[in-house]
Amino acid sequence: MHDDHEPAVVVDALEMRYGAKRAVDGLSLTVARGSITAVLGPNGAGKTTTLETCEGYRRPQRGTVRVLGLDPQADRRALLPRIGVMLQSGGAWSGIRAEEMLRHAASLHAHPLPHELLVERLGLADCGRTPYRRLSGGQQQRLGLACALVGRPELVFVDEPTAGMDPQARRTTWELLEELRADGVTVVLTTHYMDEAERLADTIHIIDRGRLIATGSPVELTRGGSVSTIRLVVTSPFPPDAPESLTAALGPGTTVTVLDALSLLVTGPADASTLARVSRWCEEQGVLPESLSLGTRTLEDVFLELTGRGLDDEADSPDPRRDGVVA
Amino acid sequence: MSGTFAPRPGAAPLLRQVLAQARTEARLMLRNGEQLLLAVVIPVIVLVGAVAGSERVGLELDASAVDTFAPGVLALAVMSTAFTSLAIATGFERRYGVIKWLGSSPLPRSGLLAGKVLALLLVEMLQLLVLGGTALALGWDPVVSGGSVLGALLVGVLGTAAFAAIGLLVAGTLRAEATLAAANLVYLLLMAGGAVVLPASAYGGFGEVAQWLPSGALGEGMRAALVDGAVEVTSLVALGAWALVGTVLTARTFQWE
Repeated sequence: MHDDHEPAVVVDALEMRYGAKRAVDGLSLTVARGSITAVLGPNGAGKTTTLETCEGYRRPQRGTVRVLGLDPQADRRALLPRIGVMLQSGGAWSGIRAEEMLRHAASLHAHPLPHELLVERLGLADCGRTPYRRLSGGQQQRLGLACALVGRPELVFVDEPTAGMDPQARRTTWELLEELRADGVTVVLTTHYMDEAERLADTIHIIDRGRLIATGSPVELTRGGSVSTIRLVVTSPFPPDAPESLTAALGPGTTVTVLDALSLLVTGPADASTLARVSRWCEEQGVLPESLSLGTRTLEDVFLELTGRGLDDEADSPDPRRDGVVA
Repeated sequence: MSGTFAPRPGAAPLLRQVLAQARTEARLMLRNGEQLLLAVVIPVIVLVGAVAGSERVGLELDASAVDTFAPGVLALAVMSTAFTSLAIATGFERRYGVIKWLGSSPLPRSGLLAGKVLALLLVEMLQLLVLGGTALALGWDPVVSGGSVLGALLVGVLGTAAFAAIGLLVAGTLRAEATLAAANLVYLLLMAGGAVVLPASAYGGFGEVAQWLPSGALGEGMRAALVDGAVEVTSLVALGAWALVGTVLTARTFQWE
Protein backbone atom coordinates (compact mmCIF):
# COMPACT_ATOMS: atom_id res chain seq x y z
CA MET A 1 0.00 0.00 0.00
CA HIS A 2 2.80 2.43 0.79
CA ASP A 3 6.55 2.57 1.10
CA ASP A 4 7.40 2.30 4.80
CA HIS A 5 10.52 4.36 4.34
CA GLU A 6 8.70 7.29 2.87
CA PRO A 7 8.13 9.88 5.62
CA ALA A 8 4.59 10.26 6.96
CA VAL A 9 4.83 14.05 6.81
CA VAL A 10 7.10 16.31 4.78
CA VAL A 11 6.91 20.06 5.32
CA ASP A 12 9.18 21.97 2.97
CA ALA A 13 9.94 25.70 3.27
CA LEU A 14 6.44 26.44 4.55
CA GLU A 15 5.50 30.07 4.95
CA MET A 16 2.25 31.32 6.46
CA ARG A 17 1.36 34.89 7.31
CA TYR A 18 -1.55 36.52 9.05
CA GLY A 19 -1.48 40.10 7.84
CA ALA A 20 1.99 41.42 8.57
CA LYS A 21 2.77 38.69 11.08
CA ARG A 22 4.71 35.67 9.90
CA ALA A 23 3.26 32.74 11.78
CA VAL A 24 5.40 30.20 9.95
CA ASP A 25 8.62 31.39 8.37
CA GLY A 26 10.33 28.95 6.03
CA LEU A 27 9.75 25.84 8.11
CA SER A 28 10.97 22.44 6.94
CA LEU A 29 10.59 19.18 8.83
CA THR A 30 9.82 15.51 8.32
CA VAL A 31 8.01 12.93 10.40
CA ALA A 32 9.05 9.28 10.16
CA ARG A 33 6.35 6.63 9.86
CA GLY A 34 5.50 4.78 13.03
CA SER A 35 7.16 7.36 15.24
CA ILE A 36 5.97 9.79 17.86
CA THR A 37 7.13 13.22 16.82
CA ALA A 38 6.75 16.23 19.08
CA VAL A 39 6.57 19.78 17.79
CA LEU A 40 7.72 21.81 20.76
CA GLY A 41 7.59 25.55 21.19
CA PRO A 42 6.08 28.39 23.19
CA ASN A 43 2.55 29.64 22.57
CA GLY A 44 2.40 31.52 19.31
CA ALA A 45 5.45 29.78 17.82
CA GLY A 46 3.50 28.52 14.81
CA LYS A 47 2.85 24.94 15.97
CA THR A 48 -0.91 24.95 15.44
CA THR A 49 -0.68 26.76 12.10
CA THR A 50 1.80 24.16 10.85
CA LEU A 51 -0.42 21.32 12.05
CA GLU A 52 -3.52 22.86 10.50
CA THR A 53 -1.74 23.13 7.17
CA CYS A 54 -0.92 19.42 7.35
CA GLU A 55 -4.56 18.68 8.21
CA GLY A 56 -5.73 20.53 5.09
CA TYR A 57 -7.38 23.44 6.92
CA ARG A 58 -5.00 26.01 5.47
CA ARG A 59 -3.43 26.30 2.06
CA PRO A 60 0.35 26.83 2.19
CA GLN A 61 1.12 30.39 1.09
CA ARG A 62 4.62 29.27 0.15
CA GLY A 63 6.36 25.92 0.27
CA THR A 64 4.81 22.48 0.16
CA VAL A 65 3.27 20.03 2.56
CA ARG A 66 2.84 16.29 1.93
CA VAL A 67 1.03 13.98 4.31
CA LEU A 68 1.17 10.23 3.65
CA GLY A 69 2.49 11.21 0.24
CA LEU A 70 -0.63 13.29 -0.51
CA ASP A 71 -1.31 17.00 -0.92
CA PRO A 72 -3.66 17.91 1.96
CA GLN A 73 -5.48 20.39 -0.30
CA ALA A 74 -5.69 18.66 -3.67
CA ASP A 75 -6.02 15.13 -2.28
CA ARG A 76 -8.16 16.07 0.69
CA ARG A 77 -10.84 13.42 0.17
CA ALA A 78 -8.28 10.64 -0.14
CA LEU A 79 -6.26 11.85 2.84
CA LEU A 80 -8.89 12.66 5.48
CA PRO A 81 -10.17 9.12 6.09
CA ARG A 82 -6.58 8.05 6.78
CA ILE A 83 -5.78 10.61 9.46
CA GLY A 84 -7.21 11.42 12.88
CA VAL A 85 -7.31 14.94 14.24
CA MET A 86 -7.63 16.13 17.80
CA LEU A 87 -8.14 19.87 17.98
CA GLN A 88 -6.67 21.98 20.75
CA SER A 89 -10.18 22.65 22.04
CA GLY A 90 -13.80 22.15 21.10
CA GLY A 91 -14.88 20.06 18.17
CA ALA A 92 -18.18 18.81 19.61
CA TRP A 93 -21.74 20.12 19.95
CA SER A 94 -22.25 21.63 23.38
CA GLY A 95 -25.39 19.59 24.02
CA ILE A 96 -24.22 16.23 22.71
CA ARG A 97 -23.57 13.41 25.18
CA ALA A 98 -20.05 12.01 25.23
CA GLU A 99 -21.16 8.58 23.99
CA GLU A 100 -23.29 10.12 21.22
CA MET A 101 -20.32 12.14 19.97
CA LEU A 102 -18.08 9.10 19.90
CA ARG A 103 -20.73 7.02 18.11
CA HIS A 104 -21.26 9.83 15.62
CA ALA A 105 -17.53 9.96 14.87
CA ALA A 106 -17.48 6.16 14.51
CA SER A 107 -20.37 6.22 12.03
CA LEU A 108 -18.31 8.30 9.58
CA HIS A 109 -15.69 5.54 9.26
CA ALA A 110 -15.68 2.17 7.53
CA HIS A 111 -13.98 0.09 10.26
CA PRO A 112 -14.36 2.00 13.52
CA LEU A 113 -12.84 0.75 16.75
CA PRO A 114 -15.34 -0.83 19.15
CA HIS A 115 -17.09 1.83 21.24
CA GLU A 116 -16.52 0.01 24.54
CA LEU A 117 -12.80 -0.31 23.93
CA LEU A 118 -12.25 3.43 23.55
CA VAL A 119 -14.60 4.28 26.40
CA GLU A 120 -12.67 1.98 28.70
CA ARG A 121 -9.19 2.94 27.53
CA LEU A 122 -9.85 6.66 27.80
CA GLY A 123 -11.78 6.49 31.05
CA LEU A 124 -15.00 7.85 29.59
CA ALA A 125 -17.32 5.26 31.15
CA ASP A 126 -18.47 7.57 33.95
CA CYS A 127 -19.42 10.45 31.72
CA GLY A 128 -21.03 8.71 28.73
CA ARG A 129 -24.38 10.41 29.26
CA THR A 130 -22.95 13.78 30.25
CA PRO A 131 -23.44 16.61 27.74
CA TYR A 132 -20.17 17.91 26.30
CA ARG A 133 -20.47 21.32 27.94
CA ARG A 134 -20.59 19.71 31.40
CA LEU A 135 -17.49 17.54 30.89
CA SER A 136 -14.32 18.63 32.66
CA GLY A 137 -11.49 19.99 30.53
CA GLY A 138 -9.63 16.72 30.83
CA GLN A 139 -12.71 14.69 29.86
CA GLN A 140 -13.24 16.89 26.80
CA GLN A 141 -9.61 16.29 25.82
CA ARG A 142 -9.99 12.53 26.21
CA LEU A 143 -13.20 12.50 24.19
CA GLY A 144 -11.42 14.51 21.48
CA LEU A 145 -8.64 11.94 21.43
CA ALA A 146 -11.15 9.08 21.25
CA CYS A 147 -12.86 10.75 18.27
CA ALA A 148 -9.47 11.15 16.56
CA LEU A 149 -8.67 7.46 17.03
CA VAL A 150 -12.03 5.83 16.37
CA GLY A 151 -11.50 5.54 12.60
CA ARG A 152 -8.28 3.48 12.99
CA PRO A 153 -6.12 6.12 11.31
CA GLU A 154 -2.57 5.63 10.04
CA LEU A 155 -1.55 9.02 11.35
CA VAL A 156 -2.93 11.16 14.17
CA PHE A 157 -2.35 14.84 14.78
CA VAL A 158 -2.90 15.75 18.41
CA ASP A 159 -2.71 19.40 19.43
CA GLU A 160 -1.70 19.82 23.08
CA PRO A 161 -3.23 16.46 24.03
CA THR A 162 -2.80 16.64 27.80
CA ALA A 163 -3.49 20.32 28.45
CA GLY A 164 -5.89 20.54 31.38
CA MET A 165 -5.50 16.89 32.40
CA ASP A 166 -4.68 15.73 35.91
CA PRO A 167 -1.41 13.78 36.37
CA GLN A 168 -3.17 10.41 36.34
CA ALA A 169 -4.98 11.16 33.08
CA ARG A 170 -1.77 12.48 31.55
CA ARG A 171 0.03 9.21 32.29
CA THR A 172 -2.86 7.18 30.86
CA THR A 173 -2.82 9.32 27.72
CA TRP A 174 0.93 8.93 27.33
CA GLU A 175 0.65 5.15 27.63
CA LEU A 176 -2.08 5.18 25.01
CA LEU A 177 0.04 7.23 22.59
CA GLU A 178 2.92 4.79 23.13
CA GLU A 179 0.62 1.89 22.39
CA LEU A 180 -0.46 3.59 19.17
CA ARG A 181 3.16 3.77 18.09
CA ALA A 182 3.68 0.11 18.98
CA ASP A 183 0.69 -0.76 16.79
CA GLY A 184 2.13 1.12 13.84
CA VAL A 185 0.30 4.45 14.07
CA THR A 186 2.30 7.61 13.42
CA VAL A 187 1.70 10.27 16.08
CA VAL A 188 2.41 13.98 15.62
CA LEU A 189 1.82 16.03 18.72
CA THR A 190 2.34 19.65 19.64
CA THR A 191 3.13 20.48 23.19
CA HIS A 192 4.74 23.07 25.33
CA TYR A 193 5.35 20.57 28.10
CA MET A 194 8.97 19.52 28.35
CA ASP A 195 8.33 16.29 30.23
CA GLU A 196 5.75 15.21 27.66
CA ALA A 197 8.15 15.64 24.75
CA GLU A 198 11.05 14.02 26.63
CA ARG A 199 9.03 11.04 27.73
CA LEU A 200 7.17 10.33 24.48
CA ALA A 201 8.94 11.60 21.43
CA ASP A 202 11.31 9.73 19.17
CA THR A 203 12.03 13.02 17.47
CA ILE A 204 11.52 16.54 18.72
CA HIS A 205 11.30 19.56 16.45
CA ILE A 206 11.76 22.77 18.41
CA ILE A 207 9.99 25.72 16.79
CA ASP A 208 10.25 29.37 17.68
CA ARG A 209 8.76 32.35 15.83
CA GLY A 210 7.75 30.12 12.94
CA ARG A 211 11.21 28.67 12.41
CA LEU A 212 12.71 25.27 13.14
CA ILE A 213 15.59 25.89 15.53
CA ALA A 214 16.57 22.35 16.53
CA THR A 215 15.75 18.75 15.69
CA GLY A 216 16.79 15.54 17.35
CA SER A 217 15.91 12.81 19.77
CA PRO A 218 15.53 13.88 23.41
CA VAL A 219 18.94 12.32 24.15
CA GLU A 220 20.63 14.09 21.27
CA LEU A 221 19.10 17.42 22.19
CA THR A 222 20.07 17.24 25.84
CA ARG A 223 23.43 15.55 25.10
CA GLY A 224 22.48 12.55 27.10
CA GLY A 225 21.23 14.49 30.05
CA SER A 226 24.74 14.61 31.55
CA VAL A 227 25.58 17.16 34.21
CA SER A 228 26.19 20.17 32.07
CA THR A 229 24.68 23.27 33.59
CA ILE A 230 25.81 25.50 36.37
CA ARG A 231 23.29 27.82 37.90
CA LEU A 232 24.71 30.82 39.69
CA VAL A 233 22.71 33.00 42.04
CA VAL A 234 24.35 36.09 43.54
CA THR A 235 23.41 38.51 46.31
CA SER A 236 23.80 41.80 44.37
CA PRO A 237 23.08 42.48 40.69
CA PHE A 238 25.57 41.47 38.02
CA PRO A 239 27.50 44.17 36.14
CA PRO A 240 25.98 44.92 32.71
CA ASP A 241 28.73 43.15 30.77
CA ALA A 242 28.46 39.98 32.85
CA PRO A 243 27.60 37.59 29.97
CA GLU A 244 30.53 38.76 27.86
CA SER A 245 33.11 38.82 30.64
CA LEU A 246 32.07 35.45 32.05
CA THR A 247 32.09 33.85 28.60
CA ALA A 248 35.59 35.25 28.08
CA ALA A 249 36.70 33.90 31.44
CA LEU A 250 35.33 30.42 30.75
CA GLY A 251 36.66 30.03 27.24
CA PRO A 252 35.05 28.33 24.22
CA GLY A 253 32.45 25.57 24.57
CA THR A 254 30.32 27.28 27.17
CA THR A 255 27.23 29.46 26.88
CA VAL A 256 26.13 32.02 29.42
CA THR A 257 22.44 32.91 29.67
CA VAL A 258 21.32 35.62 32.07
CA LEU A 259 18.08 34.55 33.74
CA ASP A 260 17.41 37.69 35.75
CA ALA A 261 19.34 40.39 37.61
CA LEU A 262 20.57 37.93 40.24
CA SER A 263 20.92 34.60 38.43
CA LEU A 264 22.45 33.11 35.34
CA LEU A 265 22.95 29.76 33.69
CA VAL A 266 26.22 28.40 32.32
CA THR A 267 25.89 25.55 29.84
CA GLY A 268 28.87 23.47 28.84
CA PRO A 269 31.27 21.05 30.50
CA ALA A 270 30.36 21.42 34.17
CA ASP A 271 33.63 20.20 35.62
CA ALA A 272 35.75 21.30 38.60
CA SER A 273 37.80 23.70 36.52
CA THR A 274 34.73 25.48 35.16
CA LEU A 275 33.37 25.78 38.69
CA ALA A 276 36.68 27.24 39.86
CA ARG A 277 36.61 29.78 37.02
CA VAL A 278 33.07 30.81 37.85
CA SER A 279 33.97 31.52 41.47
CA ARG A 280 37.16 33.35 40.46
CA TRP A 281 35.08 35.49 38.08
CA CYS A 282 32.70 36.31 40.98
CA GLU A 283 35.68 37.41 43.06
CA GLU A 284 36.95 39.64 40.25
CA GLN A 285 33.53 41.18 39.71
CA GLY A 286 32.97 41.73 43.41
CA VAL A 287 29.74 39.75 43.56
CA LEU A 288 29.01 37.23 46.26
CA PRO A 289 27.64 33.85 45.13
CA GLU A 290 24.61 32.88 47.12
CA SER A 291 24.37 29.49 45.47
CA LEU A 292 26.19 27.61 42.77
CA SER A 293 24.40 24.48 41.67
CA LEU A 294 25.03 21.82 39.07
CA GLY A 295 22.22 20.52 36.96
CA THR A 296 21.31 18.22 34.12
CA ARG A 297 20.75 19.83 30.78
CA THR A 298 17.05 19.71 30.08
CA LEU A 299 15.03 20.54 27.02
CA GLU A 300 14.11 23.76 28.74
CA ASP A 301 17.81 24.67 28.92
CA VAL A 302 18.20 23.80 25.25
CA PHE A 303 15.29 26.03 24.39
CA LEU A 304 16.57 28.82 26.61
CA GLU A 305 19.99 28.69 24.97
CA LEU A 306 18.58 28.70 21.48
CA THR A 307 16.07 31.50 21.98
CA GLY A 308 17.00 33.32 25.15
CA ARG A 309 13.44 32.70 26.38
CA GLY A 310 11.60 30.08 28.35
CA LEU A 311 9.06 27.75 26.83
CA ASP A 312 6.17 29.03 28.89
CA ASP A 313 6.71 32.57 27.66
CA GLU A 314 4.68 33.94 24.82
CA ALA A 315 6.58 34.04 21.55
CA ASP A 316 6.02 37.77 21.39
CA SER A 317 7.17 38.39 24.95
CA PRO A 318 9.19 41.62 24.81
CA ASP A 319 11.65 40.80 27.59
CA PRO A 320 14.08 38.14 26.42
CA ARG A 321 15.10 37.35 29.98
CA ARG A 322 13.11 35.05 32.07
CA ASP A 323 12.25 35.51 35.70
CA GLY A 324 12.01 32.54 37.93
CA VAL A 325 13.64 29.20 38.17
CA VAL A 326 14.84 26.97 35.40
CA ALA A 327 13.63 23.39 35.66
CA MET B 1 1.15 -4.72 12.00
CA SER B 2 -1.28 -6.09 14.55
CA GLY B 3 -2.63 -4.74 17.81
CA THR B 4 -5.64 -2.94 19.11
CA PHE B 5 -4.96 0.25 17.19
CA ALA B 6 -3.47 -1.29 14.05
CA PRO B 7 -4.41 1.10 11.21
CA ARG B 8 -7.43 0.16 9.14
CA PRO B 9 -8.66 3.49 7.85
CA GLY B 10 -11.54 4.14 5.52
CA ALA B 11 -14.56 6.36 5.07
CA ALA B 12 -18.04 4.95 5.64
CA PRO B 13 -20.27 4.96 2.52
CA LEU B 14 -21.39 8.56 1.92
CA LEU B 15 -25.07 7.76 2.40
CA ARG B 16 -24.37 6.27 5.83
CA GLN B 17 -22.38 9.35 6.80
CA VAL B 18 -25.15 11.68 5.65
CA LEU B 19 -27.80 9.72 7.54
CA ALA B 20 -25.65 9.73 10.69
CA GLN B 21 -25.17 13.49 10.39
CA ALA B 22 -28.90 14.05 9.87
CA ARG B 23 -29.82 11.82 12.81
CA THR B 24 -27.40 13.58 15.16
CA GLU B 25 -28.47 17.07 14.09
CA ALA B 26 -32.19 16.32 14.26
CA ARG B 27 -31.79 14.70 17.67
CA LEU B 28 -29.89 17.68 19.05
CA MET B 29 -32.44 20.10 17.58
CA LEU B 30 -35.36 18.25 19.17
CA ARG B 31 -33.59 17.99 22.51
CA ASN B 32 -32.96 21.71 22.72
CA GLY B 33 -35.76 23.48 24.60
CA GLU B 34 -35.49 26.81 22.79
CA GLN B 35 -35.48 25.10 19.42
CA LEU B 36 -38.56 23.10 20.36
CA LEU B 37 -40.26 26.30 21.46
CA LEU B 38 -39.63 27.78 18.01
CA ALA B 39 -40.48 24.63 16.11
CA VAL B 40 -43.73 23.62 17.78
CA VAL B 41 -44.88 25.65 20.76
CA ILE B 42 -44.98 29.09 19.12
CA PRO B 43 -46.69 27.85 15.91
CA VAL B 44 -49.35 26.03 17.99
CA ILE B 45 -49.99 29.18 20.05
CA VAL B 46 -50.17 31.29 16.89
CA LEU B 47 -52.62 28.86 15.28
CA VAL B 48 -54.95 28.62 18.24
CA GLY B 49 -54.66 32.35 18.96
CA ALA B 50 -55.29 33.39 15.35
CA VAL B 51 -58.33 31.15 14.98
CA ALA B 52 -59.84 32.30 18.28
CA GLY B 53 -58.89 35.96 17.77
CA SER B 54 -60.10 36.39 14.20
CA GLU B 55 -63.60 35.31 15.19
CA ARG B 56 -63.63 37.99 17.87
CA VAL B 57 -62.31 40.87 15.69
CA GLY B 58 -64.30 39.71 12.66
CA LEU B 59 -61.39 39.67 10.20
CA GLU B 60 -62.68 39.33 6.65
CA LEU B 61 -61.30 36.20 5.08
CA ASP B 62 -62.09 34.31 1.88
CA ALA B 63 -62.10 30.99 3.72
CA SER B 64 -62.81 29.97 7.30
CA ALA B 65 -60.29 31.15 9.89
CA VAL B 66 -58.69 27.76 10.48
CA ASP B 67 -58.53 27.00 6.75
CA THR B 68 -56.74 30.32 6.20
CA PHE B 69 -54.38 30.17 9.16
CA ALA B 70 -53.39 26.47 9.14
CA PRO B 71 -51.38 26.75 5.87
CA GLY B 72 -49.81 29.99 7.16
CA VAL B 73 -48.78 28.30 10.40
CA LEU B 74 -47.24 25.42 8.44
CA ALA B 75 -45.30 28.05 6.50
CA LEU B 76 -44.27 29.64 9.80
CA ALA B 77 -43.04 26.23 11.00
CA VAL B 78 -40.86 25.86 7.90
CA MET B 79 -39.44 29.33 8.52
CA SER B 80 -38.69 28.65 12.18
CA THR B 81 -36.84 25.42 11.45
CA ALA B 82 -35.11 26.14 8.17
CA PHE B 83 -34.13 29.68 9.09
CA THR B 84 -34.01 30.38 12.82
CA SER B 85 -33.14 26.96 14.21
CA LEU B 86 -30.64 26.21 11.47
CA ALA B 87 -28.93 29.60 11.78
CA ILE B 88 -28.60 29.38 15.55
CA ALA B 89 -27.42 25.76 15.52
CA THR B 90 -24.88 26.42 12.77
CA GLY B 91 -23.63 29.60 14.45
CA PHE B 92 -22.82 27.65 17.60
CA GLU B 93 -21.34 24.78 15.59
CA ARG B 94 -18.87 27.28 14.21
CA ARG B 95 -18.20 28.69 17.67
CA TYR B 96 -17.53 25.28 19.24
CA GLY B 97 -15.36 24.00 16.40
CA VAL B 98 -17.85 21.30 15.39
CA ILE B 99 -17.71 22.29 11.74
CA LYS B 100 -13.96 22.54 11.95
CA TRP B 101 -13.62 19.05 13.39
CA LEU B 102 -16.04 17.63 10.83
CA GLY B 103 -13.80 19.24 8.21
CA SER B 104 -11.06 16.81 9.22
CA SER B 105 -13.43 13.83 9.21
CA PRO B 106 -14.33 11.74 6.16
CA LEU B 107 -17.64 13.65 5.82
CA PRO B 108 -17.32 16.02 2.84
CA ARG B 109 -18.84 19.52 2.91
CA SER B 110 -21.56 18.39 0.52
CA GLY B 111 -22.38 15.53 2.88
CA LEU B 112 -22.56 17.93 5.80
CA LEU B 113 -25.00 20.10 3.86
CA ALA B 114 -27.08 17.12 2.81
CA GLY B 115 -27.18 15.96 6.42
CA LYS B 116 -28.37 19.37 7.55
CA VAL B 117 -31.12 19.49 4.91
CA LEU B 118 -32.25 15.98 5.81
CA ALA B 119 -32.35 16.92 9.50
CA LEU B 120 -34.50 19.95 8.62
CA LEU B 121 -36.91 17.79 6.62
CA LEU B 122 -37.13 15.30 9.50
CA VAL B 123 -38.00 18.03 11.99
CA GLU B 124 -40.48 19.55 9.52
CA MET B 125 -42.23 16.20 9.23
CA LEU B 126 -42.71 16.12 12.98
CA GLN B 127 -43.96 19.71 12.92
CA LEU B 128 -46.43 18.79 10.18
CA LEU B 129 -47.77 15.96 12.33
CA VAL B 130 -48.23 18.10 15.44
CA LEU B 131 -49.47 21.27 13.71
CA GLY B 132 -51.59 19.42 11.16
CA GLY B 133 -53.14 17.39 13.97
CA THR B 134 -53.89 20.52 15.99
CA ALA B 135 -55.42 22.24 12.97
CA LEU B 136 -57.60 19.21 12.16
CA ALA B 137 -58.79 19.21 15.76
CA LEU B 138 -59.78 22.86 15.29
CA GLY B 139 -61.83 21.93 12.24
CA TRP B 140 -59.32 22.42 9.43
CA ASP B 141 -60.65 21.17 6.10
CA PRO B 142 -57.80 21.41 3.57
CA VAL B 143 -58.25 20.80 -0.14
CA VAL B 144 -56.75 17.38 -0.82
CA SER B 145 -55.92 16.87 -4.49
CA GLY B 146 -52.98 16.20 -6.74
CA GLY B 147 -52.53 19.92 -7.21
CA SER B 148 -52.70 20.80 -3.53
CA VAL B 149 -50.21 18.11 -2.49
CA LEU B 150 -47.82 19.02 -5.30
CA GLY B 151 -48.14 22.73 -4.58
CA ALA B 152 -47.59 22.35 -0.83
CA LEU B 153 -44.65 20.03 -1.37
CA LEU B 154 -42.94 22.32 -3.89
CA VAL B 155 -43.51 25.38 -1.74
CA GLY B 156 -42.29 23.53 1.35
CA VAL B 157 -39.11 22.29 -0.30
CA LEU B 158 -38.27 25.57 -2.06
CA GLY B 159 -39.16 27.51 1.09
CA THR B 160 -36.85 25.29 3.10
CA ALA B 161 -34.08 25.84 0.54
CA ALA B 162 -34.57 29.63 0.50
CA PHE B 163 -34.67 30.04 4.28
CA ALA B 164 -31.83 27.56 4.86
CA ALA B 165 -29.62 29.49 2.42
CA ILE B 166 -30.39 32.77 4.20
CA GLY B 167 -29.95 31.15 7.62
CA LEU B 168 -26.54 29.78 6.66
CA LEU B 169 -25.60 33.19 5.23
CA VAL B 170 -26.25 34.76 8.63
CA ALA B 171 -24.62 31.92 10.59
CA GLY B 172 -21.55 31.85 8.37
CA THR B 173 -20.71 35.52 8.65
CA LEU B 174 -21.81 36.72 12.11
CA ARG B 175 -20.59 35.62 15.53
CA ALA B 176 -22.72 33.05 17.33
CA GLU B 177 -24.40 35.56 19.70
CA ALA B 178 -25.10 37.99 16.87
CA THR B 179 -26.56 35.13 14.84
CA LEU B 180 -28.81 34.19 17.75
CA ALA B 181 -30.09 37.76 18.04
CA ALA B 182 -30.46 38.36 14.29
CA ALA B 183 -32.19 35.03 13.63
CA ASN B 184 -34.77 35.64 16.36
CA LEU B 185 -35.35 39.26 15.38
CA VAL B 186 -35.84 38.49 11.70
CA TYR B 187 -38.17 35.64 12.66
CA LEU B 188 -40.33 37.95 14.80
CA LEU B 189 -40.41 40.69 12.16
CA LEU B 190 -41.38 38.29 9.38
CA MET B 191 -43.95 36.55 11.57
CA ALA B 192 -45.63 39.89 12.28
CA GLY B 193 -45.15 41.74 9.00
CA GLY B 194 -44.04 39.20 6.41
CA ALA B 195 -47.39 37.80 5.21
CA VAL B 196 -46.56 34.36 6.46
CA VAL B 197 -49.49 33.65 8.81
CA LEU B 198 -51.75 36.50 7.67
CA PRO B 199 -52.50 36.62 3.93
CA ALA B 200 -50.70 39.34 1.95
CA SER B 201 -54.11 40.91 1.19
CA ALA B 202 -54.46 41.75 4.90
CA TYR B 203 -51.48 44.15 4.68
CA GLY B 204 -53.05 46.58 2.23
CA GLY B 205 -50.54 48.13 -0.18
CA PHE B 206 -47.58 46.50 1.55
CA GLY B 207 -49.05 43.14 0.59
CA GLU B 208 -47.74 43.64 -2.97
CA VAL B 209 -44.21 43.81 -1.56
CA ALA B 210 -44.73 41.22 1.15
CA GLN B 211 -45.66 38.45 -1.27
CA TRP B 212 -42.15 38.69 -2.76
CA LEU B 213 -40.47 38.30 0.60
CA PRO B 214 -39.44 34.71 1.29
CA SER B 215 -41.96 34.66 4.16
CA GLY B 216 -44.79 36.03 2.00
CA ALA B 217 -44.01 33.76 -0.92
CA LEU B 218 -43.95 30.76 1.40
CA GLY B 219 -47.22 31.73 3.10
CA GLU B 220 -49.07 32.67 -0.11
CA GLY B 221 -47.84 29.53 -1.87
CA MET B 222 -48.93 27.33 1.01
CA ARG B 223 -52.39 28.99 1.15
CA ALA B 224 -52.84 28.72 -2.62
CA ALA B 225 -52.10 25.00 -2.41
CA LEU B 226 -54.15 24.11 0.66
CA VAL B 227 -57.06 26.57 0.28
CA ASP B 228 -57.48 26.54 -3.52
CA GLY B 229 -55.61 23.39 -4.53
CA ALA B 230 -53.42 25.49 -6.85
CA VAL B 231 -49.72 25.63 -7.62
CA GLU B 232 -48.78 29.30 -7.17
CA VAL B 233 -46.05 29.95 -9.72
CA THR B 234 -45.27 33.47 -8.46
CA SER B 235 -44.42 32.06 -5.03
CA LEU B 236 -42.24 29.33 -6.49
CA VAL B 237 -40.34 31.86 -8.61
CA ALA B 238 -39.81 34.15 -5.62
CA LEU B 239 -38.64 31.29 -3.37
CA GLY B 240 -36.38 29.93 -6.10
CA ALA B 241 -34.79 33.33 -6.55
CA TRP B 242 -34.21 33.74 -2.80
CA ALA B 243 -32.71 30.26 -2.64
CA LEU B 244 -30.39 31.01 -5.54
CA VAL B 245 -29.20 34.38 -4.26
CA GLY B 246 -28.83 33.03 -0.72
CA THR B 247 -26.82 30.03 -1.89
CA VAL B 248 -24.46 32.09 -4.03
CA LEU B 249 -23.85 34.60 -1.21
CA THR B 250 -23.42 31.85 1.36
CA ALA B 251 -20.96 29.95 -0.79
CA ARG B 252 -18.90 33.13 -1.16
CA THR B 253 -18.95 34.32 2.42
CA PHE B 254 -19.33 31.31 4.69
CA GLN B 255 -16.47 31.01 7.15
CA TRP B 256 -15.99 27.55 8.58
CA GLU B 257 -14.44 28.81 11.80
